[in-house]
Amino acid sequence: MSKIYETVIGLEVHVELATKTKIFCGCSTEFGGAPNTHTCPVCTGMPGSLPVLNKGVVEKAVAVGLATNCTITKNCKFDRKNYFYPDNPQNYQISQLYYPICRNGSVEIEVDGNKKNIRIHEIHMEEDAGKLVHDSLPDSSLIDYNRSGVPLIEIVSEPDMRSAEEVIAYLEKLRLIIQYLGASDCKLNEGSMRADVNLSVREIGAEEFGTRTEMKNLNSFKAIARAIENEKQRQIALIEAGEEVVQETRRWDDTKEYSYAMRSKEDAQDYRYFPDPDLVPIIISDEWMTEIRNRQPELRDEKRLRYKEEYDIPEYDIDIITNSKRMADIFEETISLGAAPKKVSNWLMVETMRLMKEHDMDPDDLKFSASNLAKLIDLVESKSINGTVAKEVFEKIFTDDIEPEKYVEENGLKTVNDEGTLRKTIEEIVAANPKSVQDFKSGKEKAMGFLVGQTMKAMKGKADPGEVNRILREELSKQ
Amino acid sequence: MQITDETIEYVGILAKLELSDEEKEQAKKDMASMLDYVSKLNELDTDGIEPMSHVFPINNVFREDVVENGDDRENLLKNAPEKKDGCYKVPKTFD
Amino acid sequence: MDIMKLTAIELGKKIKSGEITCVEATKAYLERIEVLDKEINSFITVDSDGAIKQAEEVQAKIDSGELTGPLAGVPVAIKDNMCVSGMCTTCSSNILNNFVPTYTATAVEKLKDAGAVIIGKTNMDEFAMGSTTETSFYGVTKNPWNLEKVPGGSSGGSAAAVAAEEIPYALGSDTGGSIRQPAAFCGVTGIKPTYGRVSRYGLVAYGSSLDQIGPIAKDVADCAAVLDIICKYDDKDSTSYKDASEDFSSALIDDVKGMKIGIPRDYFAEGIDEEVKSSVLAAAEVLREKGAIVEEFDLGMVEYAIPAYYIIASAEASSNLERFDGVKYGYRTKEYRDLHNMYKKSRSEGFGAEVKRRIMLGSFVLSSGYYDAYYVKALKTKALIKKAFDDAFEKYDVILGPCAPTTAPKLGQSLTDPIKMYLGDIYTVSVNLAGIPGISLPCGYDKDGMPIGLQLLGQAFDEKTIIRAAYSYECTRNYVRPAYLEERGL
Repeated sequence: MSKIYETVIGLEVHVELATKTKIFCGCSTEFGGAPNTHTCPVCTGMPGSLPVLNKGVVEKAVAVGLATNCTITKNCKFDRKNYFYPDNPQNYQISQLYYPICRNGSVEIEVDGNKKNIRIHEIHMEEDAGKLVHDSLPDSSLIDYNRSGVPLIEIVSEPDMRSAEEVIAYLEKLRLIIQYLGASDCKLNEGSMRADVNLSVREIGAEEFGTRTEMKNLNSFKAIARAIENEKQRQIALIEAGEEVVQETRRWDDTKEYSYAMRSKEDAQDYRYFPDPDLVPIIISDEWMTEIRNRQPELRDEKRLRYKEEYDIPEYDIDIITNSKRMADIFEETISLGAAPKKVSNWLMVETMRLMKEHDMDPDDLKFSASNLAKLIDLVESKSINGTVAKEVFEKIFTDDIEPEKYVEENGLKTVNDEGTLRKTIEEIVAANPKSVQDFKSGKEKAMGFLVGQTMKAMKGKADPGEVNRILREELSKQ
Repeated sequence: MQITDETIEYVGILAKLELSDEEKEQAKKDMASMLDYVSKLNELDTDGIEPMSHVFPINNVFREDVVENGDDRENLLKNAPEKKDGCYKVPKTFD
Repeated sequence: MDIMKLTAIELGKKIKSGEITCVEATKAYLERIEVLDKEINSFITVDSDGAIKQAEEVQAKIDSGELTGPLAGVPVAIKDNMCVSGMCTTCSSNILNNFVPTYTATAVEKLKDAGAVIIGKTNMDEFAMGSTTETSFYGVTKNPWNLEKVPGGSSGGSAAAVAAEEIPYALGSDTGGSIRQPAAFCGVTGIKPTYGRVSRYGLVAYGSSLDQIGPIAKDVADCAAVLDIICKYDDKDSTSYKDASEDFSSALIDDVKGMKIGIPRDYFAEGIDEEVKSSVLAAAEVLREKGAIVEEFDLGMVEYAIPAYYIIASAEASSNLERFDGVKYGYRTKEYRDLHNMYKKSRSEGFGAEVKRRIMLGSFVLSSGYYDAYYVKALKTKALIKKAFDDAFEKYDVILGPCAPTTAPKLGQSLTDPIKMYLGDIYTVSVNLAGIPGISLPCGYDKDGMPIGLQLLGQAFDEKTIIRAAYSYECTRNYVRPAYLEERGL
């Protein structure tokens, strides 16, 4: 009988903090600038330059620590992690090894109705590296230091997860907490949230952990799930073949769906950490911590309760809407512009979800503005456009955030509310379709649908279906 | 303390220094005698002493989160041994 | 009028009164450098055109009343490990042979604001690692008191330039004695301020927890005037001291009555030259005669300072110097196979032997398995050394001793035995570990006519007391120029 294995997984999650400036200098963290346009002597490692800590980074790190039930280290410090690589301009990364800012936290996850606590070993602050561009030249790489010095927190979990589902639930939970705090936008595809997976396998019931590997370069939840399954099978195969799992860092290639060891004889993996003499200790007083806690925005669970009290919408909708900070923000803002909660929720739950699926998008990537959704709802309410047209207009809002009134005007989509025109069209339709009229008269309701459809077609969709129905019935009764 | 070839090789990898055979022999000698010399500290009883990285108790020095720097790329790149398209150019890296 | 003999303050007064213009003074010094520096080699870079242009600008500001400070219009030389925008900054290393920073060290910026004219950059030991200025890639600097001897180091270029009257005053940096010891060897005065007094922004780091910028000049008053300008809180340096500014010149008072001065017995134990010992003790006697209370005491920890210093400084240096890799600036080797080969060759060709020695030692003591045994142990020793000084300053206002156990050695004698060279730092390195201020000033000459330096140490942030003690002692003596200048008819 073959042995049964369990997977033991711990995560190292890097999150880029949403500060305006870098962690140790006054350069902008804005995404997408031309290469090296957001750099200065500090973040390009020029001789004689010195780091000065961004206060916002500490406050955001503490906020995340408090929201994940961590103990805040009252006296924390920065250390240097020394290794040579060109994306790291000083050839040391300023990080925290000995006194990380947060320790001993936990978050609760739920998979298939089962709740579980995932413990957080520590959260530390550090600086991000620059970006290496490999494509343009055969023998050279180019370095862009715009990301060098962007603040990161690294959230290190205990090896408490046992499946890809648990890993994804944990990541979604972290993402939600951090997004609600406004500490980061946590986008895996843009790299503002990155997860390295530490994985080992052992026979069910074994006391000791197996040898673990660290998997890097996981850019989506799907990639994480695939990499976990692949690495689990790889390790089991090694063990079954009587070989040993080597403790190493591996890189996942998601297009080829396999991983390879990132080994080099030039990498000693001996980081020679020591306290950075250029930075002074950070002392976090109870008062400061209280201040940060008081500034904390409404988190998801609080929001759910409030929605239940304030809005008459189904609990299922509340769960979906609050499952993304972006979605909840659009929801609340649209309501604040005067739209009825129920209508807003409908647009989000039906059309928005449909289009997101169609475009393979995350709620975080929603680009449309609440004001345009509010205007659209207003147009429908005032019967200026009908439901079919509204859906068409919404698609445009969803993709291009167009201004609905202008769009309706320009494309002549406004409902024709002139009864004379409508009646004249209906008279023509009735006259042209004697068979359907006959069918209706003999009790076939289906014929009614056909005649409405014909009318809408003749009106190029710009009629209010209610009105069409009313007038058509009047006309038919005259026959 | 005896310094082996392996140790010198290893430190060379850490420090990114490539020594000639002659330099290696000298480095082995120098490091051994220096480590012997500094081992004098072992005479000291330092139990319970807090390691002192900063000599004065300055703490909580922060910057406000305000953008101060503009685009200074051309200036900063002036010193680059090789550059291209506004980037620093290095021999190919693979990840 | 021989302006070269003036102190910086005296020259500043003459410029202010219009007796001499800033441009004339600048040209006079440039000419002196032209005449002497082929022999002395104090300077790595001399910016003649730039200096004259600065002098014209400064003169205009003096004329308009915008600049009124005591050093306005006075030329200065900067040790070549401080960045000056647009001026080559080499740290005396091949690896930075073409590096031109686009920013200026805060201390230099403060001097410029006060009307200093920057004439050039002075020679030093490579990356400030050395005690003789012989590890410079750009040739040794010679001691104006005897061209066969070293000027000391690492700020040997700054000290020699002041002694040779190539410049009225200069900035140096001191990580383990690099201002005080060359000042002593060249018969001039230098101050290492308390750690945190002077911003380190723009100073290319050697041992970041120990480095401090300070002045080298002909006398105590000049040094105090420089401190008045460069000691300022700087938000670009996290280790900068909030109350860094003080009126140091107000401490130039010829009065030590009741001042308690301690002489560490352990400074005179072994390895010290008799002539150094007697000169230093004679200086103590002078202060006693002027009313100071002088007594001997046991400081303790003296023999542990050098081991602790070399572990800490080398460890920090190994990390600080990682950025020199041929990627962003400085030297890149011509041929290489791949990235790591480029790193190794650029660094091996770019750094000199002493720098490599310290980088290797520093990398080793931080490496896995040795960190606690060496680095943490050294940090604990540092705490004990600080405590020894704290205890001493419970009893004394000033600690008096020699600056170095000998006078300047001959060129070419020191580098063959590194440990022996390191032992020469015995009186200076503990001061950096404890962060306290120290001043070095001439107190005599050995039988070969080489200057001997007296070192006075004060409590943290109490530069004023050592300035007062040093000034009181200085008032009993005349400034002595190197005979070399007379021999050259200067």
